[in-house]
Amino acid sequence: MNDQSSQDEIVRIPIMQRMLDNPFLLLFIGVVFPAVFYIIWGIMEIVTIPIAN
Amino acid sequence: MSAELFRTCPESGLQFHKPAERLMKAHAVASIVFLLIGGVGALLVTLTRWPAVHLLPADRFYQLLTMHGVDMLIFWLITFEIAVLYFCSSTLLKCRLATPKIAWLGFALMMIGMVVNNLAVMNGDASVMMTSYVPMPANPNFYLGLILFAVGALIGCFVFLGTLVIAKEEKTYEGSIPLVTFGALTACIIAVFTIASGAIILIPTYLWSIGYINHIDPAMYRLIWWALGHSSQQINVAAHVAVWYAIAAIVFGARPLSEKVSRTAFFLYIAFLQLASAHHLLVDPGLSSEWKIFNTSYAMYLAVLASMVHGLTVPGSIEVAQRAKGLTNGLFEWLRKAPWSNPIFSGMFISLVGFGFIGGISGVIMGTEQINIIIHNTIYVPGHFHATVVIGTTLAFMSLTYFLIPTLFRKQVMFPGLVKWQPYLFGFGMAVFTLAMMGAGTLGVERRHWDMAFTDSMLGFDYPASAYTFMGIVGISGTAAVIGGAIFVLVTVLSVFFGKPVDSESAWGFTTSRVLRAEPIVVPEGGHAAAGKWGFAAPGTFLLAIFFLVIFVIYYVINWKYLASVWPIS
Ligand code: HEM
Ligand SMILES: [Cu+2]
Repeated sequence: MNDQSSQDEIVRIPIMQRMLDNPFLLLFIGVVFPAVFYIIWGIMEIVTIPIAN
Repeated sequence: MSAELFRTCPESGLQFHKPAERLMKAHAVASIVFLLIGGVGALLVTLTRWPAVHLLPADRFYQLLTMHGVDMLIFWLITFEIAVLYFCSSTLLKCRLATPKIAWLGFALMMIGMVVNNLAVMNGDASVMMTSYVPMPANPNFYLGLILFAVGALIGCFVFLGTLVIAKEEKTYEGSIPLVTFGALTACIIAVFTIASGAIILIPTYLWSIGYINHIDPAMYRLIWWALGHSSQQINVAAHVAVWYAIAAIVFGARPLSEKVSRTAFFLYIAFLQLASAHHLLVDPGLSSEWKIFNTSYAMYLAVLASMVHGLTVPGSIEVAQRAKGLTNGLFEWLRKAPWSNPIFSGMFISLVGFGFIGGISGVIMGTEQINIIIHNTIYVPGHFHATVVIGTTLAFMSLTYFLIPTLFRKQVMFPGLVKWQPYLFGFGMAVFTLAMMGAGTLGVERRHWDMAFTDSMLGFDYPASAYTFMGIVGISGTAAVIGGAIFVLVTVLSVFFGKPVDSESAWGFTTSRVLRAEPIVVPEGGHAAAGKWGFAAPGTFLLAIFFLVIFVIYYVINWKYLASVWPIS
C-alpha cells in the first residue's frame, strides 16, 4: 500500500465506524429505541383499554 | 497535564489519575460492604426456603428478601459499575477524570440513598420486595432512597461521558476508544435509559406514598418499572462482558478476534437489549401480543445473538492467544493449560460459561411467550437471574477485584491458597443452586413464597417429593455459595485495609507469571489458522459453541413438548 492510499483510508472512515465512534449518537439510539418501542407503544396500549363502568 | 496527578502502576503499566483513583477505591469498597449486607440476607433467605430448615418467620422473610434484592441487585452492582466506568474511561484512556468534585457528589448521593432505603426496610414497613408494585405501599423513604441513589449513579454516568469528551479533545488515544471502554460506554448508555425510567416511575410513586398523588395505575407502573428493572440487568451484562474482554487481555494478552464484530455486538445491546423488558409482562392482560412478541422475540433475539457473539469471541481470542504461545496440541490444550489456579482467570471463565449455558439458555426459554407460561413466577425465575447476575456479573466483578487489589489498592492479596478456591466454591455452588431452582420451578414451586407446604392454608397444594428435594439442594448449595462469597468479602476487606504493600508482581499472591505480561501477539508462522486446526483459528471454541447450540436446541424442544403435555389440545 503506498502512502497515497493509506492517506485516503484515514479520510474515508466507514460510516458504521463513524457511528460507533460517536458516543452521543449511540446514547440517542439507546434511549430512543426502547422509549419508542417499549415505553410509548406500551403506554398507548394501556391508555386505550376501555374503562369499566 | 501535571505529572503528579498521575501514578503509573509499575507492574501493569496502568496509569491512574489520582482523583479518579480515590473515587474508584471509594466506590469499590462501598460496593463490597453492600455485597456483605446483601449476603447476610442471602443466607437467611436461603435458609428459609430450605424446607427442612425454614428459618425465619414470614414477615422477616419478606423483609430480608426485600433487603437482599435491593442491596444486591441495585446497590452492590451499580456502585461497582461506577468504579468500572471510571476505570474504563480515566485509566484505560490515560485521561484525567471529568469533574471529580461532582463525581464525589454523586457518590455521596448514592451512599445517602442506600442508607435511607435500608433504614426504611429495617423499619419493617417497606417489605414490598425490590419490585415495589403499587398499590402495595412502602414507607416513603424506601422510594426516596432509591431516587437519591439513582441520581447519584446518573451523575457517575455523565462524569464517564464527560471523561470520554476530554480524552477525545486532549487526544489521549488514537482512533476509536478501546473495546473494553466501548463496552463500558454500552453499559453507561443503558444505565442512562434505566435511571431515567426509574425516575419517571419512582418519583410519582414517592409522591403517592406521601399523599400528593392519589392513584397510580398498576399496569402503567409495571410497564415503566420494568424499563428500570430489566434494563438495569443489561447494564450488568454489558459491564461484565467488558470485564471479560479486559481479563482476557490482562491474563493472556488476548486481542478480540474482530473488533468490528465485537463492537457491532455491543451496538446490538444498545439498540435492542432494553426492549426485552417486555418479557416481564408476558402475562399482563393490558398489552397486546404484537407488543409482546415484537419486544421479546424479534428484538430480544438480536440481543441474544450479541451475547452469543461475545460468548464466542472471548474464549476464541483466548484460544488464539494461547495457540500463538505454542499450546497447539489437540483441540483443548490451550484450555487445559490455562492458569486455573489464578482466580482472575478461573472466576472469569466460570462466569462466562455459567452465564451462557445456565443464564442464557433459561433466559431464552423465559422470553418466549408460549413456553414462558410453564415457569412464570416460579422459582425458575430467580434460578435464571442468579445465573446471570451472580455467576455472570458478580463473579466477573470478583475476578476483576482480585486484579484491582494489587494494581489499584497496591496491596497483596491475602490468603492466596484460599483465594484460589474461592471462584470454584462460589461459581459451582451457584451453578447447582440455580439448576436446582430451575428444577423446582419446572415442578411449579413459587418464587417469593414463605411456605411451599401451605401449612394451615385453606387452599393447599401438594408438591411432589422431588420438589422438596430440589429445594433442599437449593438450601445446601446456596449456603456453600454464601461461604464462597464470604471468603471473597473477607479477603478483599482484609487485603485492602491490612494487606502488605506490593513491591513486585510476584508479591501479588497468586500465579501471576503471565499476568499482564501481555506479550505482543506474535502471529505464528503461517498465520493464526496454521496454529489452529481444520482451517479454524479457534477450533476448540468452535466445538464448544456447537455443543452449546445442541444443548440449547434440545432444551428448547423439550420445553415445547412439555408445554403440549401441560396444556393438552385435542
Ligand atoms: C451466595 C449468594 C446468593 C444466594 C445463596 C442467594 C439466594 C437467594 C434466594 C434463596 C432468594 C429467594 C428466592 C425466592 O424465594 O423467590 C434470592 C432472591 C434474590 N436474589 Fe439472591 N442470592 C445470592 C446472591 C445474589 C446476588 C449476588 C444478587 C444480585 C447481584 C442476588 C439477587 C437476588 C434478587 C434480585 C432476588 C429477588 C428478590 C425478590 O424476589 O424480590 N442474589 N436470592
Ligand atoms: Cu428481564
